[in-house]
Amino acid sequence: MHPFAYVAPGTVDEAIAVLNEHGDRARPMAGGTDLLVKARANVWELDAVVDIKNIPELMNLSVGSDGLSIGAGVPCYEVYENSEIVADYPGIVDGASIIGGIQIQSRAGLGGNLCNAAPSGDGICPLIVYSAVARIASSSGIREVPVEDFCTGPSQTVLETGDLLVSIEVPKPAANSGAAYTRFIPRNEMDIAVAGVGVFVQLDSSGQNFESARIALASVGPTPILAATTGNSLAGKPVNDESIAAAASLARDAATPITDMRGTIEQRKQLVEVLTGRMIKQAVERARG
Amino acid sequence: MTTNTPSKVHVTTTINGQQHELLVPGYMSLLDTLRELIGLTGTKEGCLDGNCGACTVSIDGRIVDSCLVLGAEVDGKEVSTIEGMATPEGLHPLQQAFLEEAALQCGICTPGFLVAAKGLLDNEPSPSEGRIRHWLAGNLCRCTGYDKIVRAVQKASS
Repeated sequence: MHPFAYVAPGTVDEAIAVLNEHGDRARPMAGGTDLLVKARANVWELDAVVDIKNIPELMNLSVGSDGLSIGAGVPCYEVYENSEIVADYPGIVDGASIIGGIQIQSRAGLGGNLCNAAPSGDGICPLIVYSAVARIASSSGIREVPVEDFCTGPSQTVLETGDLLVSIEVPKPAANSGAAYTRFIPRNEMDIAVAGVGVFVQLDSSGQNFESARIALASVGPTPILAATTGNSLAGKPVNDESIAAAASLARDAATPITDMRGTIEQRKQLVEVLTGRMIKQAVERARG
Repeated sequence: MTTNTPSKVHVTTTINGQQHELLVPGYMSLLDTLRELIGLTGTKEGCLDGNCGACTVSIDGRIVDSCLVLGAEVDGKEVSTIEGMATPEGLHPLQQAFLEEAALQCGICTPGFLVAAKGLLDNEPSPSEGRIRHWLAGNLCRCTGYDKIVRAVQKASS
């Protein structure tokens, strides 16, 4: 591992100054569970690691009347141990509670999961289906990017030199909505998704019809994918086996997987179809309370 | 491009109840800090990428893989390692249960399992078998097949 300096600034401005000074030879570190692995493997040769955990706004986790704000450095356990988040944002809890094992969840968080931009990132599809937005600070101010536009390729994001993810803002879901995320892995825990599916549904007040839906797919493309056509196909449809099966079939078409050591194209497409059906049903169940 | 070795970080930390003042290279893992700087070699190096849990320690009561923490990060924090489990009076109940249930063979994973299991029982004294298996999913053992480890943790739970 290339010897790097450890810097732990207390403000966003100081962090950005260090990031700007070192360019691509510095990286922000939240839990370090991806960063230190990449540094050790010499994927990244770093002169400075900027620990963001002393910056209060990056460690803030708050549930308000307009939504959920997740600081970029907040670890997974804080998300899934928060009873308000469990009640109001169960799809996000689904993702946060399956990233790594308990040791990893003490450190890793949704902010790092997003910035790491793995196609399989279990935290990303839930954020996409909840229409979450990434707040990014740079020396020229704050900008906001919808999470579905954040990842641009495997390990590639919209972040440029000197950019720092501050928080992820999740709008408060309306009444009669529900969400869920799951993945398929050969073990029960501690593995990388062969395929993953997140679903958010908005039902009408009767609970019998879809008003809208958002569906996102993991591990079946170069980034987590918002399957917009699939989600939109449910709008106005009654909640029944036929409408759900039709959407699941569209999700299969939206998946663009590769064959690799974890699974084949055919297996992954099949998984997407099956998991999409299951997650729509689970999201509906949660929407109906 | 500067080739100077980056400066060391001054760290004051409590390890197994004892305060330590250290100068830690910024890039040194907590695992290496414990083993190389302090001489606490009970914490083992396994995979070095967060899969095996052999290097598990706890920081402020939360278990972590010490290979994926920097030594510089534990300034002001309380670290507990395998060396902190037994007392002069005797073994920790988990250690005793591991002996009685033969929950180890080669032993390289054992310190990590013990620290991880303690992290569970300290907060949940009577976990279900499923909960124990889920909690310990981040610890790998290539000898025992896990059943004996799970039985030992069940024996130590109340």
